[in-house]
Amino acid sequence: MILIINICKEELHELEFIKPVLNIVKSGKKKCIVEHYLKIKPKVIEKADKIIICGTSLKDFDYLEGKNKFNFLKKTDKPVLGICAGMQLIALAFGCEVVKGKEIGLTRIKFDKGFLGAGEGDEKEIDVYDLHNMIVKDDKNLRKNFDVFASSLSNTGIVQTVQAIKHKEKEIYGTLFHPEVRQRGIITKFIE
Amino acid sequence: MKTAILFSGGKDSCLALKYALENTDVRCLITLVSQNPESFMFHTPNILLAQRQAEAIGLPIIMHQTLGEKEKELDDLEKAILAAKKKHGIEGVVTGALASAYQASRVQRICDKLDLECFNPLWQKDQFELLEELIKNKFEVIIVGVFALGMDKLLGRKIDQKFIEDIKLLNEKYGVNPAGEGGEAESFVLNAPFFKKKIVIEESHVSGEGESKILMIDKIKLAVEGGK
Repeated sequence: MILIINICKEELHELEFIKPVLNIVKSGKKKCIVEHYLKIKPKVIEKADKIIICGTSLKDFDYLEGKNKFNFLKKTDKPVLGICAGMQLIALAFGCEVVKGKEIGLTRIKFDKGFLGAGEGDEKEIDVYDLHNMIVKDDKNLRKNFDVFASSLSNTGIVQTVQAIKHKEKEIYGTLFHPEVRQRGIITKFIE
Repeated sequence: MKTAILFSGGKDSCLALKYALENTDVRCLITLVSQNPESFMFHTPNILLAQRQAEAIGLPIIMHQTLGEKEKELDDLEKAILAAKKKHGIEGVVTGALASAYQASRVQRICDKLDLECFNPLWQKDQFELLEELIKNKFEVIIVGVFALGMDKLLGRKIDQKFIEDIKLLNEKYGVNPAGEGGEAESFVLNAPFFKKKIVIEESHVSGEGESKILMIDKIKLAVEGGK
């Protein structure tokens, strides 16, 4: 069973940030359950085979106050994929820092190595859909806990923000971009 | 939350409005009237009738003119949203964006700048699922613009099960996007469960030729459901 964690403050945003992910998981014929992070019970997490933490809107920062709800990530050995704010929550759970940083719309990113089927072969530089006002700070602490797989590039090719990470020891992945919009194969690969 | 809907009068903005009415306090509609028939952002056929649709729905509308030039029309959209914020105290904007990252990201940037929430309840929705949902919810929608090979026979047609079957064939044959997201078709909503009155077309004519045709609606009346 795939557990999809909803962090949206506004119910109307669930159609935008949860349903597209849910549709991809369902098209992979996987059983799934959607739970809001404020109501989630430890038993549901125990039952899950894999976990996806979805993103939320640009103006929603409530998840940062509820970051302690994700302390289970330090103990879990289950595969986890965090999308946008979900990636930020993963980084926070391992003591990394989340800071202000805005990217909206199609963003060119560069993969250093393959990430859940993306960024392989000739597809090292691709356009992804970004929608965030917060980013994960790229510092020693992040690099100590996570491998960085991709970063966004400015128009002049300068590396800007960390866009894809994986925990060094655990099957815990994060994308700052939204693979449910572009690069759906990342979600498909994750749930395989 | 008080919201405004970016309203074109077509099926997507009307379905987005249905979701907004169920989840938020909708205060007004916002319609950009583009002078450019090939506007990058805004639907054009019969756009002036949005005023009558608003009347049928029973919501105030802010109609804002734009020349429809790429990027400049975004300044006009920002002005219209700002007017809705000042006049109706809106805290969020709801759009019918389906799949266009171009369209969605530009509205997201404007809302972010104006400190407003942005909602896209149809985002990434399956195109056939969207059409089925319109039928299931008793939306009365007609096709008022066709702009692609094989589409001309659909002009003026209502969106019903037969329409879905026909568009599936066109999708297989020509790769036509079933929801018209690629600009292949434009729609006009005559009635929906939240309309207080339905729209009855009294006079219309077809303009254009070949693969690009528009059904221009010349005269309408608002009628109470079950009445005349």
